[in-house]
Amino acid sequence: MAIEVKNIVKTFGSFAALDDVDLKVADGELLALLGPSGSGKTTLLRIIAGLDWPDSGEVAIDGENALTRGASERQVGFVFQHYALFRHMTVFENVAFGLRVQPRAVRKDEATIRARVKELLDLVQLDWLANRYPSQLSGGQRQRIALARALAIEPRILLLDEPFGALDAKVRKELRQWLRSLHNEIHVTSIFVTHDQEEALEVANRVVVMDKGKIEQIGSPGEVYDNPATAFVHGFIGESIVLPVDVAGDAVRLDGRPLNIPALGAASGAAKLFVRRHDMAIGPAGSGALDGAIRHVRSFGPIQRAEVALAGDAGKTVIEIDAPRDRELQAGEIVSLQPRRYRIFAAQD
Amino acid sequence: MSTAVARRSTLPGFGLTMGLTLTWLSVIILIPLAGLFLKTFELSLDQFWGIITSRRTLNALKISFGLSFAAACVNLVMGTIIVWALVRYRFPGRRLFDAIVDIPFALPTAVAGVALTQLFAQKGWLGAPLAELGIKVAFTPIGIFIAMVFIGIPFVVRTVQPVLIDLDPEIEEAAASLGANRWHTVFRVILPSLIPALLTGFALAFARAIGEYGSVIFIAGNLPNVSEIAPLLIVIRLSEFRYADATAIAVVMLLASFLIIFLINRLQRWAQTRIPAH
Amino acid sequence: MSMQTGLVTSTRQLRTYAPTTDVSVAAPAPRLEIVRAQPAMAPRNLRTEPGPIRFIIIALAITFLSVFVVLPLVVVFASAFSKGIMAYLAALAEPEAMAAIKLTLVVAAISVTLNLVFGVIAAWAISKFEFTGKTFLITLIDLPFSVSPVISGLVFVLLFGAQGFFGTWLQAHNVHILFAVPGIALATIFVTFPFVARALIPLMQEQGTQEEEAAISLGASGLQTFFRVTLPNIKWGLLYGVLLCNARAMGEFGAVSVVSGHIRGETNTMPLLVEILYNEYQFVASFAIASLLAMLALITLVMKTILERRLGETEVADGD
Repeated sequence: MAIEVKNIVKTFGSFAALDDVDLKVADGELLALLGPSGSGKTTLLRIIAGLDWPDSGEVAIDGENALTRGASERQVGFVFQHYALFRHMTVFENVAFGLRVQPRAVRKDEATIRARVKELLDLVQLDWLANRYPSQLSGGQRQRIALARALAIEPRILLLDEPFGALDAKVRKELRQWLRSLHNEIHVTSIFVTHDQEEALEVANRVVVMDKGKIEQIGSPGEVYDNPATAFVHGFIGESIVLPVDVAGDAVRLDGRPLNIPALGAASGAAKLFVRRHDMAIGPAGSGALDGAIRHVRSFGPIQRAEVALAGDAGKTVIEIDAPRDRELQAGEIVSLQPRRYRIFAAQD
Repeated sequence: MSTAVARRSTLPGFGLTMGLTLTWLSVIILIPLAGLFLKTFELSLDQFWGIITSRRTLNALKISFGLSFAAACVNLVMGTIIVWALVRYRFPGRRLFDAIVDIPFALPTAVAGVALTQLFAQKGWLGAPLAELGIKVAFTPIGIFIAMVFIGIPFVVRTVQPVLIDLDPEIEEAAASLGANRWHTVFRVILPSLIPALLTGFALAFARAIGEYGSVIFIAGNLPNVSEIAPLLIVIRLSEFRYADATAIAVVMLLASFLIIFLINRLQRWAQTRIPAH
Repeated sequence: MSMQTGLVTSTRQLRTYAPTTDVSVAAPAPRLEIVRAQPAMAPRNLRTEPGPIRFIIIALAITFLSVFVVLPLVVVFASAFSKGIMAYLAALAEPEAMAAIKLTLVVAAISVTLNLVFGVIAAWAISKFEFTGKTFLITLIDLPFSVSPVISGLVFVLLFGAQGFFGTWLQAHNVHILFAVPGIALATIFVTFPFVARALIPLMQEQGTQEEEAAISLGASGLQTFFRVTLPNIKWGLLYGVLLCNARAMGEFGAVSVVSGHIRGETNTMPLLVEILYNEYQFVASFAIASLLAMLALITLVMKTILERRLGETEVADGD
């Protein structure tokens, strides 16, 4: 089902959790809401679910106004960050809950409920845990049961709040793959919230990057990584080298020294130069935009990571760059750096 | 679709449950207590002052507050000793004695009253030997004091106990490793960190003793100006249909207990800022 | 660990509740165990006192508790049975005694039921929603714990007595509240008002609203959510509150004494009858009734300990 969110504003006291947010989600998408804590992503998710109410704005699910309905009437599957499994019920009863509380007129008979729960437990590959209690499960198992429980009501959309947040690193990796393949299988429109960029880029079809209650960029994982729309997105996604520069016309200067790179249309004035670590080419001294002395080199896997103290500024500015291991760099070497790809954003404040 | 959205909360029933709560609270607690203060306003200030400063009232208040204070002091010392024994040492029957501490909470006050009187009466198990020493307990202020000690002991123990249990053993080890001897460690490190709990326990025991009625009146003797506590004087004034007198004494006692609650809350705040939660 | 105390009359509350003013700010984890597992003792010289001092402290503690707490309890039973078991049973079989037992049970049933229902309702409003003035509301609910029992009775005399605010009206309409069961029940409800709510509020705040939100998002109605999700999670806490509420309701003396009028066979509860018989020097009869109340206290203590252990266990099981 498609979701459309328009002009949503939500404040908690004087804190603006969501500041005029618009978002369209197409049917069958697997969308990630990515942002640091306090960016409003969980609030947005809870508003779509009906667990929070916006101060103003519209939420439509499949074209119909969702704000006239409470959470219990929206048929939205919600997976809570800490799972919120019913601790006094078995796994089976947890999954069956949504079916058992249906109005008598539409409630299925016991045999149908049992068959459906069995099917869902099979889907999450945990049918053998049916009679356990939540406290007897591992984190990853609880996560999958919470998902099965949300799916039991045949949700029109599935919302997951930090689905992997409380798990350790190894389980997290496994579950990411699993969630992707599950989505391919059941194809229900899904939105998940995460603060982990790797998770968002790896799992989602589309990523919504949020900061301070606003949407910074919406795009495919490739787009948000390769073409960040704002300084925030560039800094938040992937590792970036950030240097304060001045733009005058098409000229870019660092500490008053010209860098021979074009300004790419950035407005004149104070700005920030963003370069990915691996997008900095290393050449012999004097050949590139920036000169510097290598202070330290660590090599691991296919790359070597060098700390370079830039010339000028008494060597106080130190950046880390990644270079392929075709030529081993040496500490003490003087090199020149040339950004291959970069973005320049006007400095805020 | 409108842009203005009514505020709604996720969980249902706030209006209903809050309404019922406030109604029930008003009917049972607020209106009756307000009635007490309203009744007081029927008195002129002079009348009020006259009642409070009459010899019998003043003596009853002195007896209630004075003996409560003394009993709370004993509770403070004995409570600390009991907590220390229960928390820090292992001895036969420790868990049983731990449970026994709750008896004054659980025993109906009238039962405690008759039991203490029987025990300390001149022919009682403890009264008889004490009488031979020339000490008369029952039907004297000492009896009131004993009953107040009985009723107050769990307050100190149960307030201090969890704090001593939670006390980080490392601070003692740190003190010892810095060269403090046991005496220094106990009096300069452990007891100071128990002070908020000790004061709270003291205040709770004190407040309870001031208002106590059932466990005191049997053993008190109830001689006006000598062994008559303020709550009893209220009952006597009521039975004489001197409502104004009863009300005035009650208001003084009520204000005193509000003051104590206020102080306890301040103590708690202080404790929380002093000892960060972990 | 923050200190947890309120002006209250029961052990668990002393240990479970945050100060009345701070409950809404931070709900500390309930401490339910009587004595927790002790950390392994550090080497002797470091964390304990020399032998003789230890001995003196233990001896003082045991002596004090034995003399001031155990002995009075023993006296109750010794006096009750001082003339033999037949005299004891005969005293309990007196019509006056039977009437007092019956009245006590009726009053306890009324006040526990009402406080149970309203305690749950109040705990729901306070623990599941955010609103300004919450701290103040909790303080008000706690108020009866800090009011002298005599004053708790007095306020109802002032309302319903002959010279009270509603006295004339009640007389004109021949409604009996004071010196009758309604007055006794009202005074008992007043003094036992906080027990259930105070047992539930910290527990429900600790449990949060996530499970309820999950139930709602799965399509459950408000009542379904309460009965299927909330109630099973708070049942032991609820039982705990009811247990303490009941013990106090049956044992209340001061407040009931003021409103009862001491009409023999009619408005005397068990604690009141203990007083009357004692003052008439009918010691065996007085202590026979007292022994029943003492048994109630002991049973309450045992059940309380069991419940505390159970509450402690569920807490451990959910501790993630």
